[in-house]
Amino acid sequence: MTSLAQAGAPAPAEPARRRPRRGRARDASPGESLAAYGFLAPNLVLLGLFVLLPLVWAVWISTQQTDGFGAGDFVGADNYARLVSDGQFWRAVVNTVLFTTLVTPTAMALGLGAAVLLDGALPGRGVIRSVLILPMAVSGVATALIGVLVFDENSGVLDGVLRALGLPDVAWQSGGAGAFASVVLVTLWWRVGFNMLIYLAALQGVGSHLHEAATLDGASAWQRFRYVTVPMVGPATFFLLVMNVIYSFQVFDIVFVMTGGGPQDATSVLVTYAYENGFVTRDQGYAAAIGVVLLLLTLAFTAVQWRTSRTRDLTE
Amino acid sequence: MPTPATSPRTPAPGLARRRRERRLLVARTAGAVLVALVVLAPLYWMVVVALSTRAELLGGQLRLVPRSLTLENFERVLTAFPVMTWFGNSVAIALVTSAITVVVNLLAGYAFAQLRFRGSSVVFLLALSTLMLPVQVIMVALFRLVTDLGIYGSYWAVILPSAASAFGIFLARQFILGIPRELVEAARIDGAGHLRVFLQVVLPLCRPLLAVLFFMALLQTWNDFAWPLIALRDNALFTLPIGLLYLQGQFGADYGGTMAFALLSVTPMVVLFLLFQRYFVQGFARSGIR
Repeated sequence: MTSLAQAGAPAPAEPARRRPRRGRARDASPGESLAAYGFLAPNLVLLGLFVLLPLVWAVWISTQQTDGFGAGDFVGADNYARLVSDGQFWRAVVNTVLFTTLVTPTAMALGLGAAVLLDGALPGRGVIRSVLILPMAVSGVATALIGVLVFDENSGVLDGVLRALGLPDVAWQSGGAGAFASVVLVTLWWRVGFNMLIYLAALQGVGSHLHEAATLDGASAWQRFRYVTVPMVGPATFFLLVMNVIYSFQVFDIVFVMTGGGPQDATSVLVTYAYENGFVTRDQGYAAAIGVVLLLLTLAFTAVQWRTSRTRDLTE
Repeated sequence: MPTPATSPRTPAPGLARRRRERRLLVARTAGAVLVALVVLAPLYWMVVVALSTRAELLGGQLRLVPRSLTLENFERVLTAFPVMTWFGNSVAIALVTSAITVVVNLLAGYAFAQLRFRGSSVVFLLALSTLMLPVQVIMVALFRLVTDLGIYGSYWAVILPSAASAFGIFLARQFILGIPRELVEAARIDGAGHLRVFLQVVLPLCRPLLAVLFFMALLQTWNDFAWPLIALRDNALFTLPIGLLYLQGQFGADYGGTMAFALLSVTPMVVLFLLFQRYFVQGFARSGIR
């Protein structure tokens, strides 16, 4: 986890490394421990009460058959058994995975491309960089509503542009594939800036001497990109992979506001389906079970990532 | 690395090379401008639609550069909805949440950076691992919790769970580790307690950190959607994103009104973001946690 949070950072001089030298033997005087937990207490109380307790509680609720918001009856794994035979749930799983596999590599590739484009000297570089990260300041709801405006089938500006180019209209709202594509495109617009920012920070750590050396060796621009840039931003790539996948698993704002999961569940994802169950049909035990599945998916992905990154570190 | 074929030498390699570099620079600039335009286009369109008359919108007569601008959409939205109340709610909730989260994370960062205690690394990892667990996974249980605590539907139902974030711990620890330990130890030898060291020695050196943490938290809470949607029920307590969704539900296809309100709701954060870009960029690049 530490390395995860560090990956995007250029980590100047890494002060944390000094730690082991201070030695573990003489640490933890009782007074200092007391003071430390005093400083930690507000944070730990908040995290315990509003994150860890609800986590345990969510697992408990997922074993209950609830009617409305009241206490339910214990039904064991019944909710999970229901999930297995629930077509809508599987649709949401497939959509979530599809969304993740579309958004993650595309956002990263575009982010890296933009970062490389803006890394060197360029007139107006600062302004262009500001523009590219601007969507990060816009709320998900506003982003989604702008998306609705642009992709509207009757009055949307995008269909107008397509028509002007002699291309056919796309059923962005009534067609399942079109709606899914619109959600992905809006998400990319929203998130590429973040990917670019992390890559830009990583590129600044690469330094120009490697590129110059490769140029002297006669490497082409593509070869320099492939064999110098890409390996050098490896930690940022790993970090972004984790960040994008976790974000995509839990996508909610954009989908909920743009399509509400429609048409006919074509864009329904795990969190919108959980929300619908928990707060519209008020089947909260079932919704909690979907939340637990989402958590397990996230944990499984993190575990796989962590292991592969460790083996990669060992082999390289 | 494979050795590529060396390019044939031209009589004046410097000149040819410079020309090639120039062409590349032009191409790169054109590409960058194009990308920037694609990113800006939807925002520009939001502004145009917000400032256009209903007749123009309905008649499909919109053009890229509107001929006449109007504020009628803003007037309609402001009279039909308690926009200013929602604005105030957003400001209050964002400020209080950010203040709590910054203080709490700064305190924790100090403990992790400067104090040695049993369980330090376990607690650190535990706190950071909560970042992997956003509200979507636990929203049902969290809803039950705030109901049982008797704060459902109030400001606090939004503020407390949102403030319970470890996102600043790593950044704060990292920054405070950079403060020379000798400084802290000297103050300790002079008889200062930990709280006093924190307040009088460490805190004054933490201003850039404070700015980064504060702006990150502000951005997060100002735009937060999923949890406030669940935690708030009373129209008068809505934040801007929730109000925006509510308004869209009422206005439906009235894009002029919706975009006018969308513009009102995103402008403060966009302006802050541009003005204090340095801090936001540092926050994202250093912690990357969003």
